[in-house]
Amino acid sequence: MSTTTITHDEEHHDHPTGIMRWLTTTNHKDIGTMYLTFSLIMFLVGGAMVLGIRAELFQPGLQLMKPEFYNQLIGVHALIMIFSALMPAATGFANWMIPLQIGAPDMALPRLNNWGFWLLPPSAILLTLPFTLALFGIGDGAIATGWTFYPPLSVQGGIGVDFAIFAVHLLGISSVMGSINIIVTLFNMRAPGMTLMKMPMFAWGWLITAFLLVATIPVLAGAVTMLLTDRHFGTHFFSAAGGGDPIMFQHLFWFFGHPEVYILLLPVWGFIPQILQTFSRKPMYGYKAQVYSLWAIGALSVVVWAHHFFTAGMPVPALLYFMYSTMAISLPLAVLFFCWIKTMWRGSMTFETPMLFAVGWIILFGIGGLTGLVLADVAADAQYHNSYFVVAHFHYTLFAGGIMGIMAGVYYWLPKMTGHMYNEKLGKVHFWLTAIAFNMTFIPQFFLGLAGMPRRIPDYAIQFTEFNEISTIAAFALGFSQLLFVYNIVMCVKGGKKATDKVWEGAVGLEWTLSSPPPYHSFTEQPTVN
Amino acid sequence: MLMQSIKKTGLGLLLIIAVPAFADYSWSFPEPATPMALDTLHVHNEFMQITTAIFVVVLAIMIYSIFAHRKSKSYVAHVDQPLTKKSEIFWTLVPFAILLSIDFIIMGIPAYKSVIMMEDTRNDSNMVIKITGSQWRWQYEYLGAAEANIKGESAEDKQVLNDAKGIKFVSNLTTTQDEMDNKAPKGEHYLLEVDNKLVLPVGKKVRILMTSADVLHNWWVPQFGSSRVAVPGFIRETWVQILKPGTYRGQCKELCGKGHGYMPVVVEGVSMQEYQKWVVAKKEEIAKAAEIKEMTKDELVTAGKGVYEKNCAVCHQVTGAGLPPAFPALTGSKVANGPIFGADGKYLKDSHLDRVLNGKGVMPSWKAVLTDNEIAEVITYERNALGNSVGDLLQPAQVKSARQ
Repeated sequence: MSTTTITHDEEHHDHPTGIMRWLTTTNHKDIGTMYLTFSLIMFLVGGAMVLGIRAELFQPGLQLMKPEFYNQLIGVHALIMIFSALMPAATGFANWMIPLQIGAPDMALPRLNNWGFWLLPPSAILLTLPFTLALFGIGDGAIATGWTFYPPLSVQGGIGVDFAIFAVHLLGISSVMGSINIIVTLFNMRAPGMTLMKMPMFAWGWLITAFLLVATIPVLAGAVTMLLTDRHFGTHFFSAAGGGDPIMFQHLFWFFGHPEVYILLLPVWGFIPQILQTFSRKPMYGYKAQVYSLWAIGALSVVVWAHHFFTAGMPVPALLYFMYSTMAISLPLAVLFFCWIKTMWRGSMTFETPMLFAVGWIILFGIGGLTGLVLADVAADAQYHNSYFVVAHFHYTLFAGGIMGIMAGVYYWLPKMTGHMYNEKLGKVHFWLTAIAFNMTFIPQFFLGLAGMPRRIPDYAIQFTEFNEISTIAAFALGFSQLLFVYNIVMCVKGGKKATDKVWEGAVGLEWTLSSPPPYHSFTEQPTVN
Repeated sequence: MLMQSIKKTGLGLLLIIAVPAFADYSWSFPEPATPMALDTLHVHNEFMQITTAIFVVVLAIMIYSIFAHRKSKSYVAHVDQPLTKKSEIFWTLVPFAILLSIDFIIMGIPAYKSVIMMEDTRNDSNMVIKITGSQWRWQYEYLGAAEANIKGESAEDKQVLNDAKGIKFVSNLTTTQDEMDNKAPKGEHYLLEVDNKLVLPVGKKVRILMTSADVLHNWWVPQFGSSRVAVPGFIRETWVQILKPGTYRGQCKELCGKGHGYMPVVVEGVSMQEYQKWVVAKKEEIAKAAEIKEMTKDELVTAGKGVYEKNCAVCHQVTGAGLPPAFPALTGSKVANGPIFGADGKYLKDSHLDRVLNGKGVMPSWKAVLTDNEIAEVITYERNALGNSVGDLLQPAQVKSARQ
C-alpha cells in the first residue's frame, strides 16, 4: 500500500528490501499497512465463509453442506471477523495515525510493534488449518461451537477447539502488546503543548480501548486455558460432575466479550467525529463531553457482561442489576449521538465518500444501539436471545458500527497514506451498494427472530423461507460490492490524482500538516501545539 | 400531483405484490399463549414504540440538517458559541432527566414487573414437570401436583395431576432424512414435529425444572415467552400456563452440536378431561412397553432396526459406517463384535452393553432413555446387521438384571 514511502528515508539507515523489509520493519507506517492489508484479506475470507452460510440458508433443506460443517463455518466466521478483520483494522489505523496525530516520529515501542503484527498470520493459520487437515482425514474440522466456546460442547469438540484456543492466545498476546504500545506512546510522545485534553478524539478512543484490552484479554486467555485443561488434563472447572459449573465459563467469557464490543467500536467513535468536523467545516461539538462519555462507556462496559446470558438462569437481583446497568449505557451513548449530530448541525457540509459512510454509520449504528436497549430487558430477552433478532442486532453494531466505520476511515485517510486520491465515484457507488444491501440482509433477520427462528441452525421450518431468501440474495450483493472497495484501494495505491497535503478542505489536525504520503520517519522536527 | 399519484400507485402495487406473499407472515412475536408471552409482547411493543419514536425524531433532525446545511447551497458554517454556565447546566440536566425517565421509569418499571413475574416459578403453580435436554432430543418427566394447595383448585384436579406422576418419555424429531435432503416433499411442520408431544392441561400453572444430560440446551416455545438454558448438573426453573388449547411448536435455542437444528419442542395444551384421558392412556402405554418380553433373534433384529434408526443413526449412520473420528463405525467395531458377558455372568466393562447403558465420552448413556426391550433389540440388531454377524442375541431380561 505504501510503496512510495521508501523514497523518503534517504538520509537514515539502509533498509532491507523485499520480504525482509516487511518481516523486520519497525516503522509504524509499514506495520500499520501490514495490519490493514491483513485485515482486508481476512475480511474477504470471513465474508466468503458467511456467503457459504447464507447460500445454505437460501431455502429449507440441506443443499450444500452437512450440519457439522455449517457449525464450523459460523464459529470461524465470527472469530475471523472479530479478531482478524475488525481488531487489526483498528490497530492498523492506530499505528498509522496516532504518531501522525500527536506529532511523534514513531510508536514508542517499535520492536514490540513488529512482533504484535507477526503473531497475527500464525493465528489466522491456526484458526483455518483444521479445515484443511480434515480434508486429509486428520481431525474433524474447525471449532464447531460458535465463537463463544461454551462448554460442555467445547469440551466434547475435536482438535478444532484446541487450534482455536491457541489462536485466541496468540491474538490476545498480540492485542495486549499493541495496547501497551499505544498507552506508552500516548502518555510519553505527545507534541509539546498537546495536553491530554487536547488529544485528537481518535487517540482518546484508542487509549480507552487499550485499557479495556489490557484489563479483559487476560481473563479470556485464562478462561480458554481452563477450557484446555478441562479438555486434556482432567480438570473440572466447567463440569458439574467435578464440582465446576458450565455457566462460570460464560461469566468469564463475557467479562471479556462485552468490553470487546466497545474495543471494536471505541476507535471508530474516535475518528468518526473527526470525519464529521472535516466535512462539516466546523469544529467538533462537545469535545469534553465526548471524552467523558467515552470513559463512562469504557467503565460501564466491564460491569454489564451477564446480559449476554440472561436465560442461563441467575438470581433475580442479578437479573435486575445487569438489566439496569445495561440500560445505563444509553446515557453516555446518547451524549455521543447528540455531539455527532450537533457537529453536523449548521455546518457547511459536503458529502464525499468518507462523509457518506460517517452519516450512514450514525443512522445504522443508531438502529444497533436502540435494539440493544430493547435487548437489555430481561423478559423480552427471553424471546430475542439466540434468535435471529440478536443476529441482526449485533450485525448493526459490528458491521454497520464497526466495519462501515472502518471504511469511512479508509476513505478518509487513504489519500494521506498513499498520496493519491481514490476514485470518488466508485467510492460513492460502494457506499450506496453497501448500505442498501446491508439493510436488505439484516432487516429481514429482525423479523425472522421475532417470528421464532433460532440462530445457528443449518436448516429451518418452512414458515421462515421468504425472509431467508431475501436475506441471502442481499448478502451476496453485499459481499460482491466489497470487491469495488478492494479495487478502489488497489487502484489508489498504484496511482491516481495526486493528493494535496491537506487532502480535505476542512481537515484539522497534525496529520494534515505533513506531506501526502508522509515522510518515512513522520515528524523529524517536533511540532508544537498551542 | 402527478408525482404523488405515481407514488401512490407504486406503493399500492408494492402492497399488492407483497401482502399475499407474506399474508400469513408474522412481523412481531407469534400469538401469545401464556401470561408470560402476553406480558413479553406488551413490553416488546412498548419498547419498540419508544425506540422507534426516538429514532424517527433524531433521524428527522439529522436529515433536515443534511439537506439544509450544505456547502452546495452556499450555507456558511456557523460557529457554535460556548454556552453560559446556566444554559450549560440546563442543557445537561434536561436531556439526562428525559433519558433517565425513559430508561428507568417508562421502560424500567414494566421491565421490573416482567422479571418478577417470569422468575416466580413456585407461587400458585399447580404441577411440576422435569425436562431433560440431551443430544438431540428432549425427555419429559411428570412429577405430579405441586405440594402446596392452590386456592380454587378442586381435589379431583389435584388427583389427576398427581396421577400423572411417573410418566416419562422421550420426544424425537419425526421429519425424515429424505425431507431434509430434498428427496421427499417437506411436510407442513417440517423440522417442528415429534413422535411424543408434551401434553399439558390448559389453565394450570406448570413449574418446569430444567436440566441436561450432556451439553447446554435451551427449551424454547416462542408462543410461551419462556426460554431457559438446560445446564448439565444443575436444575434451572421456568414456568408456563397455557391459556387456550392448541399445539405449540418451538425448538432448541442453544447450539448443542450437529443436531442442534433437529430437536424441536412440541407441546399440546388440552382441557382437564382430555388430560385425564391422556394420562390413563399414556400410563398404560408405558407399562406395556416396560413389560419384559422373551423374543427370538429375528424379532429382536427386526424391532432393533427401528430403534437404531431413531436413536443411533444420527451419529453412527444408517449403514453403521459412523462419522470417524468423532463417531466411530459400528461395522466391524471391537465393541459391537466383542463378548458382552464375562465368565461370572456379569456384563464386562467396555462391552457392548456397558457402552449402551453407561456411555463413554461423546456416547451418551441410554439407561434413562430406552426401555429394557429397546436396549436388547438395538444391541442384537447392531451385532447381527450393519455388516456384523456375531450371531448371539441379548434378551430384555438380561438387560433388566444388568441394570441392577
